[in-house]
Amino acid sequence: MSTDTPGGSADDAPSRAELAARVDELEDALAEATDGDDTKKMSIIATKGTLDMAYPPLILASTAAAFGYEVTVFHTFWGLDILHEERSKNLKLSSVGNPNMPVPNAVAALPGMDRVTTMMMERKIDDNDTATIEELIETSLDMGVEFQACQMTIDLMGYDEDNFYDGVTTGVGAATALQDMAEADIQLLV
Amino acid sequence: MSAEFDITETLDVTGASCPMPVVKTKSAIDDLAEGAVLEVVATDPGSMSDIDGWASGTDGVELLDQEEGDDVYKHYVRKTE
Repeated sequence: MSTDTPGGSADDAPSRAELAARVDELEDALAEATDGDDTKKMSIIATKGTLDMAYPPLILASTAAAFGYEVTVFHTFWGLDILHEERSKNLKLSSVGNPNMPVPNAVAALPGMDRVTTMMMERKIDDNDTATIEELIETSLDMGVEFQACQMTIDLMGYDEDNFYDGVTTGVGAATALQDMAEADIQLLV
Repeated sequence: MSAEFDITETLDVTGASCPMPVVKTKSAIDDLAEGAVLEVVATDPGSMSDIDGWASGTDGVELLDQEEGDDVYKHYVRKTE
């Protein structure tokens, strides 16, 4: 009969000092791995330019900035209109294809109906003291949100770099957006 | 009204709705010194949850108290660093 400890003798087990050294080593490695930039990041891709769809990216961007996030919003296709100084003040809303609006599609498709629907929405925004798109953009810029306007779609839409709000970054493309998304803690496509 | 802290400054965001109460609170806190207490007066019922969430998710601020009155919501935030 053996008196050895099951699983090997006590001599084979690492000493306390060895274990302590190993813990130190692992803690150093962990510190190195998690070192550096611990700023939280959010990356939003804004692709829509209707009045209702312009709100979510701007509300989330400004709120994330208030949380201390570094935020970039990459605007492409119709999303460019949100950054367009003139067009952002005249974003439209349509009832066509939107069964939640109180207008039947057959009526919503009539000429001039988008203007009516948009006016209804604008009145609601005003009555509720909801911030305007322009206010949200100015606020977001003040808080350090980076708005990027996709160069390929600027050219496609026939826009000019001067059409956008001061502080908007132009001359960027998908690779820039992808890099931001890869580094971000939160990525959203709106 | 709690007597455990002195209010350094009051921010009036009555009438403003999401996201403005949180966004304006953040900007106002940035302008204050460490240890200062900001009173935020809002009418947005969502501000109760939003300012609570913002304070717990943001470094350097502590939510001291929240009061719900008649259509008025008061928040007390201390800048801790």
